[in-house]
Amino acid sequence: MSVSETNATRPAAKPLTNVKKSLYFHVGLIGVLFLLQFILPAYHHGNLARIMVLASYAMGYNILFGYTGLLSLGHAMFFAAGMYGMGLPMAHLGWTPEPALVAGFVAGIVVSASIGFLALRTSGVSFMIVTLMFAQAGFLTILYFGEWTRGDEGFVIQQAERVMAGFDLSQPANRYNAALILFSLCLIFTLKLVHSRFGRVMIAIRENEERTQMLGYDVHFHKWMAVIMSGTMAALAGAAYALLFGYAGATFASVQYSIFPLLWVLLGGAGTALGPFIGTLFMFYLIDLSSSFTTAYMLIAGLALVLLTLFLPQGLVGELRRRVMPWLT
Amino acid sequence: MTKTSKPILKPLLTPRLTGRRQVLKGAAASLALGAVSMPLMGRYAQTQSAEPIKIGFQVHRTGIGAAYGRWYDRTTMAAVDKINSEGGINGRPIEIIAEDDGTDPKRGAEVVEKFATQHNADLAFGTLFSHVVYGSAPRAGELKIPYFVVSEGHHVASGALNRYTLQPGITDVKSQVQAMAPFVADNLGKKVTMVYPDFAFGHDHRDYFSAAIEAQGGKVIEKIAIPPTETSFTKYFPKIPRDTEVIYHVMVGPAVLTFVKEMGEFFGSSRPEIFGFIDSLEATDLSSPGLEFLEGTYFWEGNPRYAQANQSEYDKAYRAAVGVDANGASVSDTKDVSTYAHMFGCWETLHIVKAGMEASGYSGTGDRAKLIEAVEAMTDMPHSHAHPQGAKRFNGKTHQTFGHQYITRVNNSRLDLVHTTSIEDTLYPDEVDYTKQSF
Repeated sequence: MSVSETNATRPAAKPLTNVKKSLYFHVGLIGVLFLLQFILPAYHHGNLARIMVLASYAMGYNILFGYTGLLSLGHAMFFAAGMYGMGLPMAHLGWTPEPALVAGFVAGIVVSASIGFLALRTSGVSFMIVTLMFAQAGFLTILYFGEWTRGDEGFVIQQAERVMAGFDLSQPANRYNAALILFSLCLIFTLKLVHSRFGRVMIAIRENEERTQMLGYDVHFHKWMAVIMSGTMAALAGAAYALLFGYAGATFASVQYSIFPLLWVLLGGAGTALGPFIGTLFMFYLIDLSSSFTTAYMLIAGLALVLLTLFLPQGLVGELRRRVMPWLT
Repeated sequence: MTKTSKPILKPLLTPRLTGRRQVLKGAAASLALGAVSMPLMGRYAQTQSAEPIKIGFQVHRTGIGAAYGRWYDRTTMAAVDKINSEGGINGRPIEIIAEDDGTDPKRGAEVVEKFATQHNADLAFGTLFSHVVYGSAPRAGELKIPYFVVSEGHHVASGALNRYTLQPGITDVKSQVQAMAPFVADNLGKKVTMVYPDFAFGHDHRDYFSAAIEAQGGKVIEKIAIPPTETSFTKYFPKIPRDTEVIYHVMVGPAVLTFVKEMGEFFGSSRPEIFGFIDSLEATDLSSPGLEFLEGTYFWEGNPRYAQANQSEYDKAYRAAVGVDANGASVSDTKDVSTYAHMFGCWETLHIVKAGMEASGYSGTGDRAKLIEAVEAMTDMPHSHAHPQGAKRFNGKTHQTFGHQYITRVNNSRLDLVHTTSIEDTLYPDEVDYTKQSF
């Protein structure tokens, strides 16, 4: 059999579709994150665990802002809903982490569905203001019920109580892998979502809401679902933070913690699955390093944001997608 | 008030000190404390290593605690200069590694991690704001790094934290508040209206003072909680009952000047007695416009801001070392008023760390548990150069110290001492025994 005959009978290798390329890339990242735990020094090992939890929060924010085009200034209330939804039953009812985590998840769904139902009666700047006001009301509610929440001081979830399925989540390796599982689930969910029909409608709403409506899609329903998915992911991150780092406090419900995910997503690249992680990582180390030599580290962070907005308006990953990896989701 | 979850105690697993060891450690700690007061002796402490003792200083350089942080920083550096000039700790100098926590509990926890895993600090120290302590203490416990807070919060003694967290340099809010009740009831009146911020700090005052004044035969007849976002207070003053004999206020934050001014406008010249916590006016000049109404009112002070007629030699030396004048302001800028009622805690805590390390023969991070045991074994700390605020009594089980409190009266825009409480006034039953927790 000649060489030409062999080639003729063999089916030609199909080039990878953009979806698969993107999927392999993100799965590869998860693999790299898994391997990093074996080589990172203790300090960076702990940092990366925290960054993955916060990046999960940012990924939740990205669903609403990056993919649906709705700018919320109140996501801290969702983060806090998960944190307190999980932490309060543990502190006052003696719940174990497993049901408490479910409670945090349910709290996220309930709060985001309720707030979304009301806030989506507005749009644009009004939506921003309404979410901001709801979040402020949530923050004050936590302070008001200080007898249970310990208000601004917050409360500690003791090390001995943070054992889930036999794993002590206060131990560095367990904490890292728990954070990685959460991060991976959120990342895979985001990828599945944006490649789904539902996700494409979300993106269509972001690009042109009127046209999407004209095509017959239920825009309001899709936006509401986006708020619920976004808020619930943020709540899961809040619950995970309390569980992995042993503390729940009202600070996490303050306006500052609504602004953070916006910054992380803008820095990393809105509307990219990886952007929230890169943004969170970048901001974390920018603050960590700059705070070593100046108290004006937030000024440096602000300056970095201004420069990135001016010169890399699509964020770090957005720019990477534009220049090198057009298939990146 | 519902308490936060209690730590799991493991009495059977705890390595207990024997009675003899406890006595020896207590004696050694007392000797070390004495040595701290005698600079020349300290210089001849045996040198074990030239490596500095690395102390991670968690400082509020930015955020709501920045004014406190600035003075905590100055006090800490002054204490370190003094200790190092006297021979350091076991012959080793102290090196302060300062990290700004932004007065934020998340960043606070990150900073503690940085001390433990990147700087390889011997211990972490210096936190004031309670929410930062709550956020950071779990990580300190998990990383097994001693965490000496200077917060005055009741968090340590309540049992909410862990064996690695101690507060040996400043009395907590529960003690402070209950120690005020006898003076208020005996001298100012028994019918009290409380005005406090509607968050945890205010709630602590509300709960502890209500119980304490009732024990003195008095009563809180009205509790006025003010939301933290409030900027004007006029609508709250009509809620003060007419038969109020004493107003107890503990407002904090920038709105306090408005609060005092509006209270003055409401009452005019006929007012009830007024008692407040200086927390409201730390780092604030009493001659600021609007504060005239405070003339003749009373304040709790952890340490009198103005040098008093009976000023001790210890306060005089401490004040000079930190750079504070007789009016409680910076010697280089009379407008830069100190947080004098609290910042002594940094000075005293560092001296206790020195005493603890010397008593335990501390040589490195492997001896962290020994350091904690040595501090737990401490009891009475005499009024000295190491303790310029006054004598202290440390409770090793609750990891909390107890000390004298001061009540001052505003006379011609300065605070004059009118009463000093006893240490016994500040005591309350133990709520935890950290020594039963394993390391």
